[in-house]
Amino acid sequence: MTTEVTNIVVEVMPHFEGYVYPNESGQHPLWSVLIVLYPYITGLVAGAFIMASLVRVFKVRALEPVYRLSMLTALAFLLCAPLPLLFHLGHPERCYEVMMTPHLTSPMAIFGFVYAWYLMAVLLLELWFDFRRDLVAWSNVTSGFRGIIYRLFTLGVTDVSGPALRLDDKIGRTLSIVGIPSAFLLHGYVGFIFGSIKANPWWGSPLVPIIFILSAVVSGIALCVFNYMVLSWVRRRNTDMPCLDIMARFLFYALVVDAAVEGLDWIHRIYAAEEGFQIMKVMIREKLFYTLNLGQATMGTLLPLLLLGSLQLLRKRVPELIRRRMYFASSALILVGVLAMRWNVVIGGQLFSKSLRGVMAYKMEFSGMEGWFMGAVLLALPFTILTVFIKLFLSEKLPSAGHGEPTAARG
Amino acid sequence: MKEALSRRNLLGRLGAAAAGLMALPAARTAKAAVQKLFVSANAPNGYDPTKHKWVMAIDINRCIGCGLCAEACKKENHVPDEPNYFRTWVERYVITKPKPGSGEARGEVLVDSPDGGMHGFPEPPVPTDSILHSFFVPKLCNLCEHSPCVQACPVGATFDAPDGTVLIDPKYCIGCGFCIQACPYGCRFLSPVTHTAEKCTLCYHRITHGLNPACVEVCPTQARIFGDLKNAKPDDPITQFYQNNRVEALKPYLGTEPRVLYAGMDKEVR
Ligand code: SF4
Ligand code: SF4
Repeated sequence: MTTEVTNIVVEVMPHFEGYVYPNESGQHPLWSVLIVLYPYITGLVAGAFIMASLVRVFKVRALEPVYRLSMLTALAFLLCAPLPLLFHLGHPERCYEVMMTPHLTSPMAIFGFVYAWYLMAVLLLELWFDFRRDLVAWSNVTSGFRGIIYRLFTLGVTDVSGPALRLDDKIGRTLSIVGIPSAFLLHGYVGFIFGSIKANPWWGSPLVPIIFILSAVVSGIALCVFNYMVLSWVRRRNTDMPCLDIMARFLFYALVVDAAVEGLDWIHRIYAAEEGFQIMKVMIREKLFYTLNLGQATMGTLLPLLLLGSLQLLRKRVPELIRRRMYFASSALILVGVLAMRWNVVIGGQLFSKSLRGVMAYKMEFSGMEGWFMGAVLLALPFTILTVFIKLFLSEKLPSAGHGEPTAARG
Repeated sequence: MKEALSRRNLLGRLGAAAAGLMALPAARTAKAAVQKLFVSANAPNGYDPTKHKWVMAIDINRCIGCGLCAEACKKENHVPDEPNYFRTWVERYVITKPKPGSGEARGEVLVDSPDGGMHGFPEPPVPTDSILHSFFVPKLCNLCEHSPCVQACPVGATFDAPDGTVLIDPKYCIGCGFCIQACPYGCRFLSPVTHTAEKCTLCYHRITHGLNPACVEVCPTQARIFGDLKNAKPDDPITQFYQNNRVEALKPYLGTEPRVLYAGMDKEVR
């Protein structure tokens, strides 16, 4: 148990217990922290987009203040999503082959297309239709570099007459409707990359893609809550309480469904007790004790369930300030918990030998491509990009005509 | 509505560009498939892969665990010394006698493969008189009929050749490691030298010239049997092997249909 913590925190030699195929003992684990971040970041994209769709498709008006923030969050994270995958390749310079000569039975190959579709056909287009009216307005009142950027982004289409705007809105809504299954597909596919590996009893399960999608929705909404609260705090604006309450309610519902399905998966695994079960027991009791029981189950699921659940019942009686704190704490806990869940899936699946006769330890280094530092950089990158987006497109200094800007930006 | 129209034009152009991009891969896939077989398989001119079906079989009863095969393979195929990577290796299984009165049929199962068995094996980990069974199992790529590694490779760098081998095109492999995760038998590794996936090729550069794989060549007991199923004669070792033994594959429940079959298997081998 304690070795798990020391292995994450300080460097120890990798060691093995029992029998491990020789090829498994070499570079270990083959997929490490970068591949932990890959499903994490992709999941945040899918979740943030679903959150935004609540406004667009399901017309949850109370959520309008976070609509644009959620969309920009999805874009910022989507731009970073393939980076961890790219960096971990043995030959990153050949990555274009995945698109050029895809092997259609491979989940990873299809992911390239799903990604491209989602980025180009859904997210960028929808954002453009959403922002077009504002871009035109901004490019008229802004000069200099910013002005040029806005003008470029209008793509030369400057008609903001009534019919044109109505058409914009219609197309945007259609894209949003198409976007929901696309977001599910995007992250479902990431789950399938793991779920399709029948060689590995920890991964190979039809429930894995579903669990990935559900936890993605949870983490994405949590990220929107988190970002919205941080942004309001930075701008010293009041958060829109009804909006926050509704977000928290959706977060709670999503978390309940996610926890139920994950629980079902565990019950099934324990009840069926198939071939790899003995080794899984070792994983839960020793290898992943902290990240699974503490990180994923307690911090990432139970605590937020309690916090958010109690607020569903007692919302009226809890003062705003406390409620805000509880929302913030829950979203932060969920973000950590889902990261722990990705860790448990990706690293956990490689901590035992496919001979099912031995387990391995994992040392995470600080430097290097697969180290702490690189992981932190890759995790910080989407937030940095998002900051730039917010400065450009959610600036308080700009006049805003479109719907759905944060109250903070409304000023 | 001039502007709205221009927006429609823009959408149209975007759509056309996307369609073009989608068509490109199909063309390239076809080209690559043709290329793959003839460019990088290391086969001599005139070798026709459709005229052969190579296969290996293992007789566990004959293996003495000398490890010469693992060593020969490392040399022949320039498998990196460090870390502990092998295209073929030998495992030792030691099954102890049950404790008297325990009601068990057999005792503990101890498996090891120090250095892939390349330098033979040390003394067994338990006293000799407490051993019920002890045997050696050579391992290599199982030449799966439904190979999960081929299925998983995103660029098609791993492929089933018509002559029964499963090969990797090193000029194509992007080093993603998906195949390594997908192989249930631990046969693959990511070479620290080439940064591409590697595994047993049945010594493709040798068999296409009419030679035996290096491991088969050095095995002193003929525990490894190699042959060409399309051209097998009745007295060929491979024909004899199938005739004289009941055989089993590794992890048959995974549906990979390994073509490498073992005689003298035990339930503990996986
Ligand atoms: S044994 Fe492994 S490497 Fe060989 S064909 Fe089967 S899955 Fe592929
Ligand atoms: S490592 Fe190479 S051969 Fe293996 S799946 Fe990736 S691209 Fe294909």
